[in-house]
Amino acid sequence: MIEGAKWRRWVYFYIPLSAFIIWLLFPFYWMLVTSVRPDRELYRPWMAPNYTPFWTLHPTLRHITDLLTGTLFIRWMANTLFIACVATLISLFCGILAGYALSRLKFRFAGALGTGIFITYLVPQTLLFIPLANIIRNFHLGDTPWALILTYPTFLIPFCTWLLMGYFKAIPRELEECARIDGATRWKAMLYIIMPIAVPGILSAGIFAFTLSWNEYIYALVFLSSAEQKTVSVGVTSELVRGDVFYWGQLMAGALLGSIPVAFIYSFFVEYYVAGLTGSVKG
Amino acid sequence: MAPVVIRNLNKKYNEVHAVKGVNLEIRDREFVVLVGPSGCGKTTTLRMVAGLESITSGEVLIGDTVVNALPPMDRDIAMVFQNYALYPHMSVYDNMAFGLKMRRFARAEIDRRVRHAADILGIEDYLSRKPRQLSGGQRQRVALGRAIVRHPQVFLFDEPLSNLDAKLRVQMRVELKKIHDRLGTTAIYVTHDQVEAMTLGDRVVVMKDGVVQQVGEPLDLYNAPANRFVAGFLGSPAMNFVRVALVENGGMVQAVGDGVRLALPGATAVRLRRHLGEEVTLGVRPEDLRIVAAEAANGLSFEAVVEVVERLGSEILLDLKVGAGSMVAAVEPTVQAKVREHLRLALNPERLHFFDSRSEAAI
Repeated sequence: MIEGAKWRRWVYFYIPLSAFIIWLLFPFYWMLVTSVRPDRELYRPWMAPNYTPFWTLHPTLRHITDLLTGTLFIRWMANTLFIACVATLISLFCGILAGYALSRLKFRFAGALGTGIFITYLVPQTLLFIPLANIIRNFHLGDTPWALILTYPTFLIPFCTWLLMGYFKAIPRELEECARIDGATRWKAMLYIIMPIAVPGILSAGIFAFTLSWNEYIYALVFLSSAEQKTVSVGVTSELVRGDVFYWGQLMAGALLGSIPVAFIYSFFVEYYVAGLTGSVKG
Repeated sequence: MAPVVIRNLNKKYNEVHAVKGVNLEIRDREFVVLVGPSGCGKTTTLRMVAGLESITSGEVLIGDTVVNALPPMDRDIAMVFQNYALYPHMSVYDNMAFGLKMRRFARAEIDRRVRHAADILGIEDYLSRKPRQLSGGQRQRVALGRAIVRHPQVFLFDEPLSNLDAKLRVQMRVELKKIHDRLGTTAIYVTHDQVEAMTLGDRVVVMKDGVVQQVGEPLDLYNAPANRFVAGFLGSPAMNFVRVALVENGGMVQAVGDGVRLALPGATAVRLRRHLGEEVTLGVRPEDLRIVAAEAANGLSFEAVVEVVERLGSEILLDLKVGAGSMVAAVEPTVQAKVREHLRLALNPERLHFFDSRSEAAI
């Protein structure tokens, strides 16, 4: 806390903090206001005398009901949820095993392998989607959820592996050694000792992986073509922008509803998530 | 309970030869302490016995079994770690029960053993707590309890007391000794603290640079160190060392060094006669020096100037200047010594140690 006169606290703490929060939350506010703003206000020119960009006096749920009834939005949500959950589970499973192996087992080329996994994470998706598209076509997976479930781990596994590797390294080696002397095999020591302690790390890796797959755009855009297969991020932008007509109200309603699951997960696990990132293991 | 035999044990990490040809026979029910400065290979040796470190060459036997290839779980040992290594997500009870659960003991037997160990250690009231709710001393007890419930063949201790504060350490040291007397399990204990080594060990193994320097009962090591390293490592304050030349003068063997000229008594003189003309190291323990009146000068005394007076209560430590070198003397608390005072100090003729200057071995 800032010490001293009251004005110092205001100048150095409250005012910068408020400015920062406003800066961060403004896009969400804009999203919210736009999604409840009636069309006649939305398309009013900015020089009009009654132009009020930051609030509306006639809020409406019209865009939201239109979105839910007039488009495949619910279907998109279900698609995204399914794809994100399965991709996250696959990536977490592989990430836990790989992260554990790279942080604990001594084997030849362990360091090189770790770096190798990290480098694959650095290859931009905008390049990778071209060869991946080939593979997806050869396996006849195009326009199915599996196209995404199998390609998302290409960036999620390296991510989970690295996050968990750091977390596993922070767990004292003696805990596991003690368990192994106590009669546990390496597998049981991992299952009963390391995994429960690593729950915060595993949860934050899971949350991140889920968010990344939920928000993913380019693979979803390339690999899915029919409207009923699409994910939220692609569905909303491709179906609600028709030619040069932007259905701003529905677009923003879609964005708002689409970010609710992620926000919900974050707020639910926030404590674990912070502990996972700071890597704190209490002895 | 079982003896442990270590035969020509070696450990190499790439270029580093951490443990060099260690041979050790630990008898059944014996408490053996491995002591030495950090990096001397004591912990590595212990970890090889535990199976946490692979063995480069040599053999480890527990009972009659060569355990080189056995995983830690099959060696029937229990280990207490320096940082306790309590499982943070389990209660004290579950921490202690874990090893038994892994070995599929019946629930009633687990409960009986955990409660018995908790009773021995005085931790019955904390059984449902989590490790983070315990103090350092309590955690240490839980770590001990986790080892006790297993009724293993051998206890391995890796500096278990070094995370405790000084007072608690002394208290736990006594308790450890009592518990060992009560259970009689063979124990190997690693520490860098020579006081722990001397007080706990039935026998003490002094190591340096991966090599065993001397093995023996604590007082034997203290009174008859095999080399200069053991002499300097055991005892606090440490032994004083002075370089002296052995010369013959009028039929007497004399040790002549900077500020000292000592006529060696009969038996010592006979023993050292074959080193006449050589430079050797004289070792004197601080408690083997006493202040004598200036007139009482004889062949076993020398002049010194007091530089620092440390009053410890039970004794006084005098930091002395002898010639150009320095020495420490431990004298009775009643001695009135002042800084810059000139004193005459006499040596106990029975307790002089001599070491070869090159090999550093006792002569």
